[in-house]
Amino acid sequence: MAGRDFLHRLPDSELAFARRQAWLRRLHIDLPLLVLVLLVCGVGLVVLYSAVDGNPDRFTSQLTRLGLAFGVMFIIAQVPPRTLRRWSAPLYLVGLALLVAVLFFGVSAKGAQRWIDLPGLPRFQPAEIMKLVVPMMLAAFLAERRLPPRFGVLCGALALLAVPAVLIAVQPDLGTAILVGGSGLAIILLAGVSWRLVLAAAAAGLAALPALWMVLHDYQRQRVLTLFDPESDPLGAGWNIIQSKTAIGSGGLYGKGLLQGTQSHLDFLPESDTDFIIAVMGEETGFLGVMALLVLYFLLITRGLYIATRAPDAYSRLLAGSLSITFFIYVFVNIAMVSGLLPVVGVPLPLVSYGGTSALTLMAAFGILMAINTNPKMLRA
Amino acid sequence: MMDAFTLRDHDAEARLFTGRVMVIWCLVVVAILVLVLRLFQLQVVEHERHAVQSDANRIQVQPIAPTRGLIYDRNGILLAENVPVSSLTIVRERVPDLDATLTALAELVDLTPAEIERFQRRLRERRRPFEPVPLRLQLGEDEIARIAVNRYRLPGVEVEAQLIRHYPFGEFTAHAIGSIRRIARADLERLDPVQYSATRYAGRLGVERHYEQHLHGQVGYQRVETDARGRITRVIDRKPPVAGKNIQLHLDLKLQLAASAALGDRRGAIVAIDPSTGGILALVSKPAYDPNLFIGGIDPKSYAWLRDHPDTPMFNRAVRGQYAPGSTFKPIVGLAGLNHGETNWERTIRDPGYFRLPGQTRMYRDWNWRPGGGGQGIVGMQRAIYRSSNTYFYDLGVRLGIERLAPFAAEFGFGERYVLDLPEAVNGLMPTPQWKRAARREPWYPGDTVNLGIGQGDMLVTPLQLAGATAILAARGQRHTPRMLLAADAELEELKPMSLNPVPLADPKDWERMAEAMSDVIHRGNRGYGQNGTAWAHIGMDVPYRMAGKSGTAQVVGIPQGLRHDDLELTERQQKHAWFIAFAPLENPEIALAVLVENGGGGSSVAGPVAREVLDAWLLNRLEGPIVAGN
Repeated sequence: MAGRDFLHRLPDSELAFARRQAWLRRLHIDLPLLVLVLLVCGVGLVVLYSAVDGNPDRFTSQLTRLGLAFGVMFIIAQVPPRTLRRWSAPLYLVGLALLVAVLFFGVSAKGAQRWIDLPGLPRFQPAEIMKLVVPMMLAAFLAERRLPPRFGVLCGALALLAVPAVLIAVQPDLGTAILVGGSGLAIILLAGVSWRLVLAAAAAGLAALPALWMVLHDYQRQRVLTLFDPESDPLGAGWNIIQSKTAIGSGGLYGKGLLQGTQSHLDFLPESDTDFIIAVMGEETGFLGVMALLVLYFLLITRGLYIATRAPDAYSRLLAGSLSITFFIYVFVNIAMVSGLLPVVGVPLPLVSYGGTSALTLMAAFGILMAINTNPKMLRA
Repeated sequence: MMDAFTLRDHDAEARLFTGRVMVIWCLVVVAILVLVLRLFQLQVVEHERHAVQSDANRIQVQPIAPTRGLIYDRNGILLAENVPVSSLTIVRERVPDLDATLTALAELVDLTPAEIERFQRRLRERRRPFEPVPLRLQLGEDEIARIAVNRYRLPGVEVEAQLIRHYPFGEFTAHAIGSIRRIARADLERLDPVQYSATRYAGRLGVERHYEQHLHGQVGYQRVETDARGRITRVIDRKPPVAGKNIQLHLDLKLQLAASAALGDRRGAIVAIDPSTGGILALVSKPAYDPNLFIGGIDPKSYAWLRDHPDTPMFNRAVRGQYAPGSTFKPIVGLAGLNHGETNWERTIRDPGYFRLPGQTRMYRDWNWRPGGGGQGIVGMQRAIYRSSNTYFYDLGVRLGIERLAPFAAEFGFGERYVLDLPEAVNGLMPTPQWKRAARREPWYPGDTVNLGIGQGDMLVTPLQLAGATAILAARGQRHTPRMLLAADAELEELKPMSLNPVPLADPKDWERMAEAMSDVIHRGNRGYGQNGTAWAHIGMDVPYRMAGKSGTAQVVGIPQGLRHDDLELTERQQKHAWFIAFAPLENPEIALAVLVENGGGGSSVAGPVAREVLDAWLLNRLEGPIVAGN
């Protein structure tokens, strides 16, 4: 067999690998990212199956949404980053318009005005779109200028960030505001703002905390107070956090076994299939199960950051880095809040919590990452 | 679009970016380590604490009440049973809006204002948290169904199936066996909180109280898993309760009913004892009440009626009613005189119809005293008994003196506790100089001894005590502590043989002669005026067996010197109490009893026939006739 064709002296296995790489590249798929996303979704579905407690409708509904989200990911992956970059500013303006519209025409649910109901479209949260559009806009804005950005540019970027973040925060949707704000700050950090400025800003932020306290809603203040002393109101505000800590802690090293969690299945744990789902996992699969999920998340984020460093242009770099960091903020804020390290804010556990909109935006973000990683020939701007 | 005057160094930007990513990646690692440490803290370091908390969340230990022991009469007839009822209860702690719940319930069940008021009263009483408070004790099938359908909108409302105590013979056995009551504030201090954690009722009176610890049984528990709303999802494990011990009483229900019938509607008491064992065969106190009323929760109006009724139906005259024994005490005074050699069967006195202490003018009258006459002539011990001569016993009492009479009477249980298992029984009063000094701050006068010779004065006895003393007379001095308990499922302390020494008597033949004298009270007849037994004409003419007896009357008001009892215009409540003690058959007594008819008048004429009826029932009709439950 050997030597017949010089060009094909590569071993068969490597040849197959190279062919597959080329094929995946044509389809704009990043295999490590895809595998990791599939693994997280798989783990998430198993935990969700337990958390919805035998409610098959909720499980199949989530399965459908994830399928749809995968479709969106593949479609977005086909969009060249330069197209995204061109669309950044128009999408940002549309997003802002929708956020303003929510303020006036939004539909209320659970005491917050977050949804918008356009005829012919399913009800959706404009804030959710901003999780993608704000990093796109900031990346586009900064990539057009010299990096690291000068002070004036920085102020412009902060303004572009502050307007949607404030609009979201007043809905109120503190969780999404934090994620949007985080994504924007991540871009600014990645763009190379001097550490001196970063530290100064952090100090100013700490100094502004009392002012922030004045702005918070009563229920939000209560959540912060509850974090420090959940036992002060064990049946009221402290209930959620006490029950979630109990659920996680009682899981121990190995957990109580899938479907065996008493805290969740006996309804002691509220929101057990949405924001507090990590408590179900902690209770049923124990420390080791949660560690496994954290490892998957860590690999996913690392892959995202790796893609960012490999990106050919500033826009792609900033966007990929920001999306990866946003994903991590999701993970950190959610687990820290459920385990009692942070006050309760409405941040779901990415790809695991029940909920369609967040799955959709997250998968779209992974689509963008794939598009960036498989489009090396973008023109340098 | 580009910065026009400076060229961008793309490699430098990429390097800067990569540097930033590395820093952020390190921050990510640190942040993930924070999460790992936090989870390690919760799941490994503090695991034990959270696991306990998680179990405490879901697992609740529910006590299960034991089934109360049954009470049978000597023939195996159930006197106290447990019947299943479905009751409507409310756990106050689980009801968000009590008024709304009560309103909703009122549409499903007919709730009377009295029931709601009683419920509200119970809510205010001290009780255990999460204890279901009964609203309605007995629910019908359709009511249970209506509540079941609407349960979802009635949190905290529960239909409980439970066993409750029922006394099938109601008021006929109320004073004999006592009864249970809902555990109240006062009981919580004397009852073991663990053993009674599921028990709602405890013995309050009588046998039910005395044997409470045996009848109650041992509490069981089940550990159940509940969800966040307190609903039981499964039973984890269960330690079944141990049912209380069943007990059997000496009481004979048929005799009890016969005695009750014999007393009729009169106020009074009957206690009948088997002299060979001390077993109480019947214990009647009239009027009585239905103890079942208290188990369902009696409404305040009915309770007030029972409490305030002038005939005091809740008062147990048989064990707590204290009366002067009157002439029924004479056989004991006689035996005391014989024992101490102050008299004998041959000695006689002349009875002018009264007795005077030497050097005093006050007349202590005989019952047949008339101004300027009366008296029974020559009286010896035997005649003094069957004619019930006061003069003879005034004299004998004085000869004995209180120092010898009181201790001798105490041998028969007077002034003492002489019953095994009736906790409410009182001791009566055997007056002594020490007692009088302490209680009245007065010295003992010779006149006190005179009165004591015929069972008057300060002496008080209960019908139970007098029946106990009669049983000693019947058993010729053998003593067996009166008792209710005949047998039990367990080896109770009360069942162990207890030997009491017989009452010491100098000449034991005197027991037999005293019994003979007492039988003359009944059987000596057709001898002409002043020669017949006092009870012969009333009950003695046709007795088909040989019995012994003694009548007595206890004065309620003092009679001024120079007047006869009949001369006074007395209200009903001032009339004398009628006593009769008896035992039969004479030679080998199977029953001894004491009958009291409050304000009944003559002992022989009023109490005598009652005693005769009870003896007849025991000795003649023992196994005839069906038992009909009271209610």
